[in-house]
Amino acid sequence: MALIRGNELVADEFAHVADGAEIPAHGPVLVGLEQWQAGRETLLARGAPVGIRLRSDQSPELVASDLPRLALVALEFPKFRDGRAYSYARILRERYGYKGEIRAVGDVLMEQLLFMVRTGFDAFEIESDDPLGQFRTAIGDFTVWYQPTADGRKTAVQLRHPRSRRPSSS
Amino acid sequence: MYRYDEFDHKLVAERVAQFRRQVSRRLLGELTEDQFRPLRLMNGLYLQLHAYMLRVNVPYGTLASKQMRKFAHVARTYDRGFGHFTTRQNIQYNWIKLEQTADILAALAEVEVTAIQSSGNCVRNITSDQYAGRARDEIADPRMYCELLRQYSFLHPEFSYLPRKFKIAVTGSPNDRAAVAVHDIGMRMHLSDVGEPGFEVLVGGGLGRTPYIAHTIRKWVAPEHILSYVEAILRVYNIHGRRDNIHKARIKIIVNQMGIDKYRALVDEEWERIKDGPLEIPQEEIDRIHAYFAPPPYEQLEDAAASLDELRSRDSSFDRWMKSNVVAHKVRGYAIVNLSLKAPGKPPGDISADVMDAVADLADRYSFGEIRVSHRQNLVLVDVRQNDLHALWKELQALELATPNIGTITDIICCPGLDYCGLANARSIPVAQDIARHFIDIDEAADIGQFTINISGCMNACGHHHVGHIGILGVDKRGKEFFQLTLGGSSDQNASLGERLGPGLPQHEVPTAIAAIVAAYKELRADGERFLDTYRRVGIEPFKEAVYGPEAKKAVA
Repeated sequence: MALIRGNELVADEFAHVADGAEIPAHGPVLVGLEQWQAGRETLLARGAPVGIRLRSDQSPELVASDLPRLALVALEFPKFRDGRAYSYARILRERYGYKGEIRAVGDVLMEQLLFMVRTGFDAFEIESDDPLGQFRTAIGDFTVWYQPTADGRKTAVQLRHPRSRRPSSS
Repeated sequence: MYRYDEFDHKLVAERVAQFRRQVSRRLLGELTEDQFRPLRLMNGLYLQLHAYMLRVNVPYGTLASKQMRKFAHVARTYDRGFGHFTTRQNIQYNWIKLEQTADILAALAEVEVTAIQSSGNCVRNITSDQYAGRARDEIADPRMYCELLRQYSFLHPEFSYLPRKFKIAVTGSPNDRAAVAVHDIGMRMHLSDVGEPGFEVLVGGGLGRTPYIAHTIRKWVAPEHILSYVEAILRVYNIHGRRDNIHKARIKIIVNQMGIDKYRALVDEEWERIKDGPLEIPQEEIDRIHAYFAPPPYEQLEDAAASLDELRSRDSSFDRWMKSNVVAHKVRGYAIVNLSLKAPGKPPGDISADVMDAVADLADRYSFGEIRVSHRQNLVLVDVRQNDLHALWKELQALELATPNIGTITDIICCPGLDYCGLANARSIPVAQDIARHFIDIDEAADIGQFTINISGCMNACGHHHVGHIGILGVDKRGKEFFQLTLGGSSDQNASLGERLGPGLPQHEVPTAIAAIVAAYKELRADGERFLDTYRRVGIEPFKEAVYGPEAKKAVA
């Protein structure tokens, strides 16, 4: 499993804690929602970054007030066809102004990467022989955008009317 | 008509290149069929019974003549010389090779046509009134808003993996010819007190195995806010729509499970957050797109009714055609002309490459080069000089496009059925052909009056059987094809779902049953009543009796 962040292959500093498993003594951890809710204070008291893993039936609305304390939100694609996490990523970025890492995990495939980037994901766990090559190809597929999202790319409408009074993407 | 600018062209070219790579990855085995399926579907490519089928968008049913010529070229070069217009105003080719698909899409892109999202669990082709911008009964022209929605929906990063497909239809006329009440989102234009257009938005309509008429979710959305309002509806659906069962995944299911009030509350809450954000459409963009839909250079003409009356009185077949296929235009001296793709014995909606080219030529000579496609699977020339009607009629006759049956009992909607489709239970086209032959007498069809027969080869309802005055549904009973009749459906502004008449009938009994229903109607009708009006007044019983009663049994035996 490769992790891509900021257009590069990187090592994953987060220990992935399976549901119900013991929390390691030191270092950044990635835990499920239930474990977070049960041991929030203990997890924060460790003094290391904490990330949370949300299944596709767990909306980030459930952790809205915790977001300032979370270094990472991992959104799961149980199947690549389950598109809920695209909305969750936008809610995190655009509704809550979340600035931490949003990581795509699960069934993360090349042909969906660009949509993930556009909706606010900035890290990707990819199973592939050439993850970085695939990532760079996929995100280069398009240069025209019809929809404003929080990734800040100027849409066709904004480029057509550069002096319009309308706000650009927030 | 809308014309692509540099951005639109670039996006479509990039999409073709992307799909070319996806096809080659599939052919190399880098993508499994499971991974490839949604990608090809979002480029219009289905795997059918015998070959791939490619569905190409006709955005809101509007075509330029050069686009029609390209359709002919594709039909000749990559298919077997014909195409099929569908109930979503699209065209389908039935004999496509996977390896050639990217070339076809590149050819279509040259004339600003795509297959983007003509299938898949995403927002499909935006459909509208085939007379949009021309109809005398229109309140406001919906086309520019359809175009805004088209661009908004193309490659939407958040909504390309919805729980299920998503269909949007818009009407600018109170006489709904776009069937908006049976769409995931339907939009009806209204005028405000000061004469500004806006939208009533409906949600949760649909056919298929669980048909619903849509609910009004909001009575008024101002034009500059329609994209944010649609986004709010889609976001709530993307999150809350059911993903546990493909048959319960459409928005209609969640809207009706949750209740429209709860769904509306969720949408309103989301809309409040995003309404004044970047999705608000700048006036400059509204003006830019609006300019593309400026009226063509009409001549100052007098109304030609008097001279037409003389021609009509001399030639009864011209008169019949005028009555059924020609519609009032909002500009004096012009008319809207329907081209029937329902000549007796022909599969409804089918058209050969040669006839496509001929229609393109007629559009250039008679109608400013524009052609429309109706959801009832006919073509329309929307700007014909009244003085040219007789000459055009002669030319249409030679092409077998002048059958005077628009809106009558032989103007049948029909899905491709088991002749092509992998989902179908039954062959729908032969049933349509049998009925058309049975009612071939034009005078009789005219006497029967306004009538819709809609045929689907399976419960997925591509032929809109639930909303036909008579609906016909193909079912499979122990390996045999049967056809179930429903009565009283309608997709207009007073939409209703048909009621089941009784047990399914074998194919050869369908025309007889329809004839019995028609005979009962003629018996029962009051002055000026359409079949649908009579049905709504008297109910289903007399028609049950006519088809299944003792007299009917004797007739069949």
